[in-house]
Amino acid sequence: MIVKLDGAEKHFGAVRALEGVDFFASAGECVGLVGHNGAGKSTLMQVLAGALAPDGGRIAVRGAIQERYSVTRAQKLGIRCVFQELSLCPNLSVAENARINHPSLRGMAWRRRAARLIAEKLDEIFPGHDIAASAIVRDLAIGRRQMVEVARAFTITQDPVDLVILDEPTSSLDTHTASQLLAFVRRFVADGKSCILISHLLGEVLKNADRIVVMRDGKVAAVDAVSAFDRDSLVAVMGAAERRAKPAVEGAGPAQESRALRVRARPTQQGDGAELVANEGEIVGLAGLSGHGQTDLLLAIFSAANRRKAGVEVSAPVALVAGDRQSDGIFPLWSISENIGIRSLEKLRNGLLISPRSEAELARVWQQRINIRTPDMGQNILSLSGGNQQKTLFARALGSDARIVLMDDPMRGVDVGTKLEVYDLLRQEARNGRTFLWYTTEIDELNNCDRVYVFRNNRIVANLDRRDMTEEKVIQSSFSDAN
Amino acid sequence: MQIEMAAAPLREGARGSALGATAGARVVRAWLPALSLGLVLAAIAYLNPRAISYFGFNLMLNLAIPIVLATIAQMFVITGNELDLSIGPFVGFVGCVTATWLNDAPWLGVATLIGAVGLYAALGALIFLRNLPSIVVTLGMSFVWQGLAILMLPKPGGRAPDWLLSIAAFKPSLVPLPIVAAVAIATIVHFGLMRTSYGAILRGSGGNPAALARAGWSLLKTKVFLFALAGFFGVLSGMTLISITTSADANIGSGYTLLSIAGVILGGGEFVGGRVSPIGAVVGALTMALAASPLLTFMHIPPDWQVAANGAILIIVLAARALVSRREN
Repeated sequence: MIVKLDGAEKHFGAVRALEGVDFFASAGECVGLVGHNGAGKSTLMQVLAGALAPDGGRIAVRGAIQERYSVTRAQKLGIRCVFQELSLCPNLSVAENARINHPSLRGMAWRRRAARLIAEKLDEIFPGHDIAASAIVRDLAIGRRQMVEVARAFTITQDPVDLVILDEPTSSLDTHTASQLLAFVRRFVADGKSCILISHLLGEVLKNADRIVVMRDGKVAAVDAVSAFDRDSLVAVMGAAERRAKPAVEGAGPAQESRALRVRARPTQQGDGAELVANEGEIVGLAGLSGHGQTDLLLAIFSAANRRKAGVEVSAPVALVAGDRQSDGIFPLWSISENIGIRSLEKLRNGLLISPRSEAELARVWQQRINIRTPDMGQNILSLSGGNQQKTLFARALGSDARIVLMDDPMRGVDVGTKLEVYDLLRQEARNGRTFLWYTTEIDELNNCDRVYVFRNNRIVANLDRRDMTEEKVIQSSFSDAN
Repeated sequence: MQIEMAAAPLREGARGSALGATAGARVVRAWLPALSLGLVLAAIAYLNPRAISYFGFNLMLNLAIPIVLATIAQMFVITGNELDLSIGPFVGFVGCVTATWLNDAPWLGVATLIGAVGLYAALGALIFLRNLPSIVVTLGMSFVWQGLAILMLPKPGGRAPDWLLSIAAFKPSLVPLPIVAAVAIATIVHFGLMRTSYGAILRGSGGNPAALARAGWSLLKTKVFLFALAGFFGVLSGMTLISITTSADANIGSGYTLLSIAGVILGGGEFVGGRVSPIGAVVGALTMALAASPLLTFMHIPPDWQVAANGAILIIVLAARALVSRREN
């Protein structure tokens, strides 16, 4: 047993990323870890690698309980992690990046030793690769960067390597290099070492793992030998254990055909004829794993509202509700009222100036409609809780003249109460003829949508009608191996 | 950074050539500093052939070495994704200390200069620990240095220590001293930052701080070290400046802030991302020093217009640099 985790818990504000997870990895096995977005896989890995301290639970390495666990400590104990986001320094060479993970590469001729270390490992894992140790990482294509990063995790100087955590290691590799890597992983495991393989390619996990751990909602949903699973059963476990009732279908306003077309858009890399269509009064969901082109399409639609853009057709004013409210949403120095009014300045104008009275009136109306909890809308927006800040952003979009509202995963880190309030408001607004394009990583939210487009690799891979939409179908399409 | 994030996990990603199409542009960029220096030299040679001589270079590059050293100081700060707006006044302050205490009470002078480097290091720690924007902190410090300089030397005067003057008076055969010094500085700093194992860590702290921290390196240490180096080279800059001018003035370093930033950028550096080049920075500083005054004098531009012409040259050169970078991205 190399590493063992007992009852690990981790919270990020209101979000419970890990809720009492038990996990272990033994010598000589490859553990596959699967789960949908936000299931807690990455958090679990960060805890194992020492990059995140858990809020509760125990971690033991080879039976010894670790009190002060950190990345450095993990490294000493032979646990390495290839993090999902690239953790190379783009301004350094391949050899210099190897040096960063090996404090002992110093003194005379360290550059030659670092170059040899990384080159030998690259040769071993990816025979026939063409990466020079002196190449600057910035000049390498993304797939080659990933190769360097993976190879670096397996290099050895003074500390041993017993367990390597690979988080989506093949996401940027082509089929050939991916199979080279997976073959190496099998050899590595056969030597009595251990590997944790996280992948959204279920076929890859089923073929290479010895044991599979399925996570869902911050918990371990199933653990078993790989032979106990097949594609369908994996998908079933990843999906809801208990069905959640869909909200009752509202009296669907005018018939589908008679509604005005609001948005017609096609992802730039689509290839086939599939396109996203949204009509007046519809709530359209954009689903799939995060980062598969949903946000890009929303931004394309947003810019097409002002400027003609190939492949995108928009026939009404557009507003965007940002998901990352701290960086893209709020104006942190402004009051709540000002934050709401900024999208409606035309309406609030009195001559050349903004009328404070109309601004306050608009804010007051929306405070009531969306229930922003504050005694004074003139206060700074940062005085609000995260959920109420997000409501302010909804008020900004809904209070404007926009007939189309784009939502870029706006409920990230928002508490359940706020969510339910906003869902009601959205359905109400949709009945009044507003169109919503809603990218969300939470499958439950898709139940509010009239139609769902599933994205994969920047393409629309499925178009599910409300009646056909099930969690399994969404997961199935997001994880489809057909490529 | 944004490039990596935008590049969605595409299986096709790894295909194509090992080096992106950007490598060619990188070569162009690496040679751009040398090219701009060559252009300025060619213009000078065309306007006044006699300037291209031992004596001519000695004269033209007279004030180049302090600028080179200030540029290197700025480069260290930029390596860590920060900016130092106080380097000019700091050089002025060091100049005043050099022309007064270092001459009259050497131990006090030495202690003051060491203390100044220590203060620079402490600023690095402050900026890191409190997560403050370096522009604000160093802008504030620029007034502190300026004020201290005026306190020390309310009116121009003082005298450079004799040992400093004798170093500056040294005339190597064949190659003028400023060129020898520039080559030496470029070589030493290049070795220290680009070749040593800790130099890679320092540059990495600008390239991807999160990755560095995750690998167990202290970002506080790298920041403090970079700022201390900046302070050290700022001290050298002030001292060499006084060795040439022989006396000091509280405002003697004004203009160095902009010249140093321009030198780093002209030399192929970037404001963020830890992409700097010591050799490029030295060449960039030499270009700025030549373009700042000798070239304009030879072009018979009246002194009233020289500052404006200086600005125009800066804009042209940096625009060329920006064009190359854009091609690269």
